[in-house]
Amino acid sequence: MGDLKTIPMDWYLLLSTILFSIGVMGVLFRRNAIIIFMSIELMLNAVNLLLVAFSAYHNDANGQVFVFFTMAVAAAEIAVGLAILVVVYRNTKSTDIDVLNRLKG
Amino acid sequence: MNTLIILSALGVVALFAEIFRFRKGLFPLILIGLAAAFFFTAKEYNHPQVFFGMMNFDNYAVIFSCAILIIAFLWFMMAKNYFLQETSVTDHFALILFSLVGAVVMVSFNNLTMLFLGIEILSVSVYVLAASDKTNVMSNESGFKYFLMGSFATGFLLFGITLIYGVTGSFDLTTIQHNLSTGRETYMALAGVLLLMIGLGFKSSLAPFHFWAPDVYEGAPTTVTTYMATVVKTAAFAAFYRLFSLCFWQLAAHWTDVLSWMVVLTLFIGNVSAVRQRSVKRMLAYSSVAHAGYIAIAIVAMSVPSTCAILYYTFTYSISSLSAFTILFIVSRHKGSKDISAFEGMSKANPLLSFTMTVAMLSLAGIPPTAGFFAKYYVFYTAINHGFTWLVLVAVLAALVGIYYYFRVIIAIYFKPEQQLVPIKVGPLHRTVLIITTILTLLFGLFPNLVLGWL
Repeated sequence: MGDLKTIPMDWYLLLSTILFSIGVMGVLFRRNAIIIFMSIELMLNAVNLLLVAFSAYHNDANGQVFVFFTMAVAAAEIAVGLAILVVVYRNTKSTDIDVLNRLKG
Repeated sequence: MNTLIILSALGVVALFAEIFRFRKGLFPLILIGLAAAFFFTAKEYNHPQVFFGMMNFDNYAVIFSCAILIIAFLWFMMAKNYFLQETSVTDHFALILFSLVGAVVMVSFNNLTMLFLGIEILSVSVYVLAASDKTNVMSNESGFKYFLMGSFATGFLLFGITLIYGVTGSFDLTTIQHNLSTGRETYMALAGVLLLMIGLGFKSSLAPFHFWAPDVYEGAPTTVTTYMATVVKTAAFAAFYRLFSLCFWQLAAHWTDVLSWMVVLTLFIGNVSAVRQRSVKRMLAYSSVAHAGYIAIAIVAMSVPSTCAILYYTFTYSISSLSAFTILFIVSRHKGSKDISAFEGMSKANPLLSFTMTVAMLSLAGIPPTAGFFAKYYVFYTAINHGFTWLVLVAVLAALVGIYYYFRVIIAIYFKPEQQLVPIKVGPLHRTVLIITTILTLLFGLFPNLVLGWL
């Protein structure tokens, strides 16, 4: 834990924010559903990194426990998301999200 | 806590029902279980219990849990036949019961961990339900969009939680509130509040984060849409208000401006887009977005009466839209279309459906003496007391636009030439649901203290 603090907190904050922003951009601009899933994972993992860093700086284990919850929930979410994607693929034969345009108005 | 145990156990029983083949007995068992959960929740009224600082079953939590259980009870009666005839009923009922657990956690959390878990327990089940009509591409698309936007919002929510944790060093609501009040109003805290607002805004479909809602509501099976518009919305707003009133009220000066502009945008987009819709289902979806705007006014004008205003608004809105969606379900089943023309001239042959739909529309539009009028009245009253007169003016204008598209349905029912005189068959369960919701809408409108007296 002590070693972690040799790097200033701001750097962790900056790195996480950049990673998070890359994730957000990926969700907004990529069209392939699998890559969007990966971008969402990137967002969640940026948050995990920041949580662990804060946890070390506060000398408080709660942050690390929260990370376990985040990882478990992210795994559950992606499992459901991939299942839905498989159903979509069976009906449309594509993982491009632009084919999903039946609902509008 | 008993509520959570009963609901989880019911969910597990529902899963086992498939193995041991007592599908027929499952439905009455669930209704009895929900009634028992309601009874045990109501017993905790005025006996606040805290569980390791994680959950706090205060009166706010008890009342909102009771409201959610009542709505869920009516929802099960409405949805039973659809699920029994067309799907593997046990999985769906289990998913709904698990998502109810999430809803109860969302109204009773005392720690940001539980807020996050509650939202996820609720959402993950509903993603599956939205896509549950497996061969229908619309339902697939709806579930997929809901999943994408939902987990995107979860990212923002988590980032917000993390920044708040970074500033205050705790996930506990009381500690956060205490640490924020001792002068730690840094930019990081404000960014955290803003990100939490975005995350919860997604879940409660506030503009500009509402764009998923119309598509998801339209594509999902009508019963699931009903669940999303009632239980999910109630839980989302209860969580929103609980978090912001317990934790962030000292920072109100910083976030009320942002939230009030979100309200204006929501009211405008929701109402104006609803006018253009031909499909009644999509119209109700946009109206649900618009109603989110009215409810959020009570959060902007945060004070003691706004708790009552939110409870009354979410509960009565849920009851009226349960009624409207049930009729939509029956009519679209009969006519094979969700278009407004399916409703034309049905008044002579179907007096019950016509009357209940009219009451539901009047309530959603906010016409006295229905409950919807008093819901809007309390929200506006709270806002004016707090000095948000301009916001109320905008909201009243939006409500006038709302009257136009709600009345279009009533006009279609009563004043358009009849197309066919065959009465639409209404099952006994649907009949009961419609009668109960209509009576409650009128009763709560005439005696608002039946709901307001509890908080």
